[in-house]
Order: sequence, then C-alpha cells, then structure tokens
Amino acid sequence: MISVSINGEVRQFDNPISVATLLEQMQLTGKRIALERNGEILPRGQFNQQLLADGDRLEIVVAVGGG
Amino acid sequence: MNKDTLLIAGKSYNSRLLIGTGKYKDFTETQAAVEASGAEIITIAIRRSNIGQNPNEPNLLDILPPSKYTLLPNTAGCYSADDAVRTLRLARELLDGHSLVKLEVLGDPQSLYPNVVETLAAAKTLVADGFQVMVYTSDDPIIAKQLEDIGCVAIMPLASLIGSGMGILNPWNLQLIMDRVQVPVIVDAGVGTASDAAIAMELGCHGVLMNTAIAAAQQPVLMASAMKLAVEAGRMAFLAGRMPKKLYSASPSSPTSGLIN
Repeated sequence: MISVSINGEVRQFDNPISVATLLEQMQLTGKRIALERNGEILPRGQFNQQLLADGDRLEIVVAVGGG
Repeated sequence: MNKDTLLIAGKSYNSRLLIGTGKYKDFTETQAAVEASGAEIITIAIRRSNIGQNPNEPNLLDILPPSKYTLLPNTAGCYSADDAVRTLRLARELLDGHSLVKLEVLGDPQSLYPNVVETLAAAKTLVADGFQVMVYTSDDPIIAKQLEDIGCVAIMPLASLIGSGMGILNPWNLQLIMDRVQVPVIVDAGVGTASDAAIAMELGCHGVLMNTAIAAAQQPVLMASAMKLAVEAGRMAFLAGRMPKKLYSASPSSPTSGLIN
C-alpha cells in the first residue's frame, strides 16, 4: 500500500501504478493538464514510465479564466 | 507610414488591448467578449484540476485555442517568488513550451498590491530559465527600470488597484516609467471604463491590459467593444499629438474678419 498526495488530497493505492494509469483512473487521459511531482515538472512523455512512489506529492493543473 | 503595431519579444500584434478571462458568467460570454475586444493576447490562470468533478466539462483552452490567440499565463494568487516560478513552469508544460508569461507576485490579499522584492527575484529566475516575462508591478519608475534591466519584455504598472476600476491615479508616474524604459509599457489593472483606457493610450502607453472593467460591466460584450475603440482612439490621439493646453483661447476657430455689423 502506498500513499500519494494529489492536489493536497491523500490517496492510497495497492501497488505503485504509473502516472498514466492514475490519469486514466481520474479520467484525465488526453486532457490539457500539466503535472508536477515533488516540486518538479513531469513531462507528458514520461507519464507511462514513471511509477508512483509512497509519499509522492502530485499537483495536476489546468488553465482557467484569470486576469 | 509603417503599420502601427505593438512589438513584444520580437512578435508584432495589431491590437494594443490585452484582456483577461476571469469573472465571466460562462465560457460563451468569455468567448464573445474576447472576440468583441479584438485582443490577441489573452491572460489565463493556472489552477489545480478539480478532482472528481465532471471530466467532460469544457476546458478554457478549447474555447480559446492557442493556435488563434497568444495565451498569457499569469501567476495571480502567488505571494512568493517560488510559487510564481513554479506556477509558470507548470504553465509552460501545459502550453507545450510557450514562454511568454505574465508575472505578478502579490503583497497582500486586501489590496493585491505587488510585492516588488519578490517580483524582482522571480523575474531574475524566470529570465534565466528562458521565459519572456511581462511583469505586473507598481508604478515606481526605479523598479520598472530594474525589471527591464533584468530582461523583462514588457513593464506593466498598475493604474490603480486590481479590480478597483478607479482609473489612472498617477499619470505622472506612468510618464516617468515611459521616459526610462525601452520595452513596451502596458497599463495593467485599475481601468474602469473606456475613457480610462483612452487616457492611458493618450499618455503614450503601448497597451492596456484589463479584465474586471469588461467582465464586471452590465453588458460585458458591449464594454469589450467600447474598450477596443477607446484603445484605438487613444493611440491615434497620441500619434496625432494633442494641441497644447491653454487657459484662454487666443486663437478663435472662426475667422475674425468679415463679421457683419
């Protein structure tokens, strides 16, 4: 069991799934998002290879209206 | 005469009106206002995606495609240089490497006045990291010059507080800034109505950025059209060169001879 913080919300997973699998579960595959892992940008091209690890902090962001 | 365009970081724009996309009723109104304003540079904000909400809700980037507009991600809501830099790195990833950004580091949530110490620090980091930084700042001419020296591509002083609609409170400071920096000076924040935008342009500012003045109008789309015309009129008046102000008119507009007795 691993714990991962996603946008400040802690979630538990039975095993270390890939970032791509996580996004699929969140129905975010192919959406216009950007992702930061432990303070560093995680490029889209690495979503398949990168496995989540216990204690990871992810930020998933989108564009919204703003001035 | 060459076409009068706004040149920012080597790219020319026909419109000198830049607008934000916050506070609109819905995306339909956002899109209509953007269209009516004629703006080519459109600011957006970066926020956490809403986990668990409707995954099929429309995305701002679908209605304002980066292929059609120059999207300017901002750092609204950031109170430290670190947060601002992090936000813009995420924005660059989100927009496929797009490097033109709007930096704003705020000082306190009541006034939203810029924290220029953090702004200077963030600007240094971002410029070194390859960003083209358009920077929101106070109307302090010394700080404006320092931001230009760091390598910012546009200086964007407030005319009055963000969202206040108070208009241009210190035209003399804007003039001092324009006298000192070579990069475009764009009034950002404080415009309330069309005459404010026209005044900024008549002063010689290179552009005006606004959000609330349009979004909070009773009819935002109509106000977007008004702002387009105001910015154009103000720019033309600046280029035309206004007559000198005189307390008394010593030269009547009509002939002084041939008067009937």
